[in-house]
Amino acid sequence: MERIPILRMGRFLLVTIQVDMHDQLALTLQDDLTQRIVKDRAKGVLIDISSLDVVDSFIGRMISNIAGMSRVLDAQTVVVGMRPAVAITLVELGLDLAGVRTALNVEKGMALLQGATA
Amino acid sequence: MKDSNTTLAAIIRKHEADILAEWLRLQAEVRSPHGTIDEAEQRSASRDFLSALAKAVGEQSAADLRAPAFDRVREILTDISTTRARQGFSPSETATFVFLLKQPLFARLRKDIADGQGLADALWTATLLIDGLGLFTTEAFQKTREEVIQRQQRELLELSTPVVELWEGILALPLIGTLDSGRTQVVMESLLEKIVSSGSELAIIDITGVPTVDTLVAQHLMKTVAAARLMGADCIISGIRPQIAQTIVHLGVDLSQVVTKSSLADAFVVALARTGARVEGRGAAIPASTTAGA
Amino acid sequence: MALGEQARVDTRDEVALRSGEDVVRLRQLVRERAIAVGFSLVDQTKVVTASSELGRNTIQYGGGGKALIETVAAGARRGLRLAFADQGPGIQDIALAMKDGYTTGGGLGLGLSGAKRLSDEFDIVSAPGQGTRVTIVRWKPY
Repeated sequence: MERIPILRMGRFLLVTIQVDMHDQLALTLQDDLTQRIVKDRAKGVLIDISSLDVVDSFIGRMISNIAGMSRVLDAQTVVVGMRPAVAITLVELGLDLAGVRTALNVEKGMALLQGATA
Repeated sequence: MKDSNTTLAAIIRKHEADILAEWLRLQAEVRSPHGTIDEAEQRSASRDFLSALAKAVGEQSAADLRAPAFDRVREILTDISTTRARQGFSPSETATFVFLLKQPLFARLRKDIADGQGLADALWTATLLIDGLGLFTTEAFQKTREEVIQRQQRELLELSTPVVELWEGILALPLIGTLDSGRTQVVMESLLEKIVSSGSELAIIDITGVPTVDTLVAQHLMKTVAAARLMGADCIISGIRPQIAQTIVHLGVDLSQVVTKSSLADAFVVALARTGARVEGRGAAIPASTTAGA
Repeated sequence: MALGEQARVDTRDEVALRSGEDVVRLRQLVRERAIAVGFSLVDQTKVVTASSELGRNTIQYGGGGKALIETVAAGARRGLRLAFADQGPGIQDIALAMKDGYTTGGGLGLGLSGAKRLSDEFDIVSAPGQGTRVTIVRWKPY
């Protein structure tokens, strides 16, 4: 079964979503991440969505779920690389991703995580 | 007016080839400073139009040009107008295409209809029909010109959108002039793109040069701020003059989530502080005038 | 369904919606057609996102169905018309279903209202036991 790879960078986990995700893949990702946060005692999760040209409410909910679950497991989540067209569409859609921190790119996202988990 | 419509349709059908020939001849006599239209294209468009017209008139009990029966007729005219508009022809030249049809058509009506009243009715119906179609042609033409102009404006706007990198990580977008919905959207999209490409986390949107802000523009501004935030950047709105402040409150736009400053300079200071920089005076003032060539 | 009835249909594609992968295929096809119509990147994204919302709804609440993607033209205007149909249970209270945040499936409740906001025209026909049909149209501005 295909899965989205989760990379580890120190105390942080990095996920790069590059494919047009279908539901099963998204659910698997949530499961895998939760397990890895515990296993690696991760303090932060960075989700890179710079390859996504569409984010709908399902993906939005997945992101919120991941942020929520991470928080429960004492880890921070930052989403990076949202494209302008996606951001504009999400605003129109009414999706605000409340409680999810965002940064422009991986570098800034890492800085944010490091600052938040120091 | 059903009778005169049926009569009209029948007469067009009966003399279709002749009417077409005479009409084409009249069209060819028209000289245009904008060049000539391809003859084969003209002939085929005219033929299609006449045939579609005969069919439509036969089906419709009234000359309602918006009715489905006239769909094909309108489609042909729209194609012709659009092509002419793009080639730079004037709207009159394009409408003439339709109006020239009167002469051959009326000639056949006069020949075939014997009684005065019948002829008068038929001429009247035909006049209303052709005038209506001529006007439609002009409208379609105008619309295409509008679209061409809008597209050119948009391209110009994209080229000239002034997003300035004030400092590392700080962008400024000084908006000038009246903002309409379309223009605002283009400019805002451009700002968001620049935020990504320059990696700037702060954008100052300055509206000092904007005389009025209406609901739509205010909404676009708010949506842009929200989008920037989703992306991981933040916006400061500066240059809000007293009148605009009143309008915004009046419109019920919620600015509580956005930092606003009355001047671009103040906004810049705030932005600098957010990036961890600070402005310090060094104590030595620059002299008021430096004499040149002394 | 009265949307853009006077419109001429230039292309027509039908996509069966049964699984998550179908929604992925739907998005790709809508993207292709949107590009062909000449939509700007933002407008493409909006219509593709709307189709994703409605496509998911069809599967999740409608028990599966189909999507009809049509490139339309009305006068000099061109656009994309999408229709989603299912033979599912239907919607009891449409007004309620259209409210932001209302969901019966654990979602964010933004599918219908969101798709409406992302489109120029929106139409929904649904009743208990009669399935659901949602149609949206997005026009190219110029």
